[in-house]
Amino acid sequence: MGKSRPSPEINASSMADIAFLLLIFFLVTTNIVEDKGVLVRLPQWSEEPPEDLTLNTRNVFTVLVNGQDQLLVRGEPVKVQELKQKTKEFIMNPAQRPDLAESSKEAIISLKNDRATHFKQYLTVYNELKAAYSELWNEQASKRFRKETIDECTKEQQAEIKRDIPFVISEAEPTAFGDEK
Amino acid sequence: MAKFAKKRSNTSPTISTASLPDIIFILLFFFMVVVKLRETNIKVKSITPTATELTKLEKKSLVNTMYIGRPLTQYQNVYGTKPRLQLNDKIADLAEIPIFLERHKVKVPEVQRQGITTSLKIDGDVTMGFVTDVKTSLRKAGQLKLNYSAKKRTERSGF
Repeated sequence: MGKSRPSPEINASSMADIAFLLLIFFLVTTNIVEDKGVLVRLPQWSEEPPEDLTLNTRNVFTVLVNGQDQLLVRGEPVKVQELKQKTKEFIMNPAQRPDLAESSKEAIISLKNDRATHFKQYLTVYNELKAAYSELWNEQASKRFRKETIDECTKEQQAEIKRDIPFVISEAEPTAFGDEK
Repeated sequence: MAKFAKKRSNTSPTISTASLPDIIFILLFFFMVVVKLRETNIKVKSITPTATELTKLEKKSLVNTMYIGRPLTQYQNVYGTKPRLQLNDKIADLAEIPIFLERHKVKVPEVQRQGITTSLKIDGDVTMGFVTDVKTSLRKAGQLKLNYSAKKRTERSGF
């Protein structure tokens, strides 16, 4: 008796609208998790004040950051962009200068802030110091083992490099000269 | 001998939009998988600075998070303008740090407890006095592995 009428299709044009709504809902209520950061290991807490080590001052690289976020490295004002290079030069002492570290094994970095220093500057300084070590380690990895970065080396190779250039940053109690807001 | 005459349509061909919902659904599923529902209501301004020496926090279950920043404007008459610490959903005092750490620790199996890291999301504007106090509290509580949360700074974008 003729063709049966085609059943009315559900109008699916509003599917796109529903999908848009759900998408915008998710965009607004969630955030892409920020799970990266600068890894730091704190020293153990002890009630006694740290023992006064008789350190040879040539092996200590002092970095002071004041309440105005300015840097004083071994008594000289320094810009944060120059810090990494100066640190590398101090640790490795390629020209064997008598005022720089005796050897990379004995090089110590001493970092001191003020209570009014901003965290942004502190992190930038810490980052530059960490980057200096990172670059030195990578240079060793390429020189000794012909690998691009230290992460590509085996555990034993990494331990060897880190034994010769140990990561030693000593953080002192902050001074309270600045205006801590 | 042309057997097939070329059909000539008298309207210009329109782009079919039938697959638009499919594209939207794909985007939607992408977001559902990649993001995590924000579980805490952040009461402090916590915009982390940029850095280059970043390590990814591998196992989420071994990470507890602390927010440090100045309270948002709507909370300032209650909490003030000085930097404050936020644990979970509320602003906390330094004395509550050991309890917070312990509560997280019990959820982690014994063998993995050494790997527990505390992720500190600190606003760039916070002064180091408060941060040092928090670090001292963490040291006293035995939590030595920290991670200063930061965004990646490319070499070119400068300081």
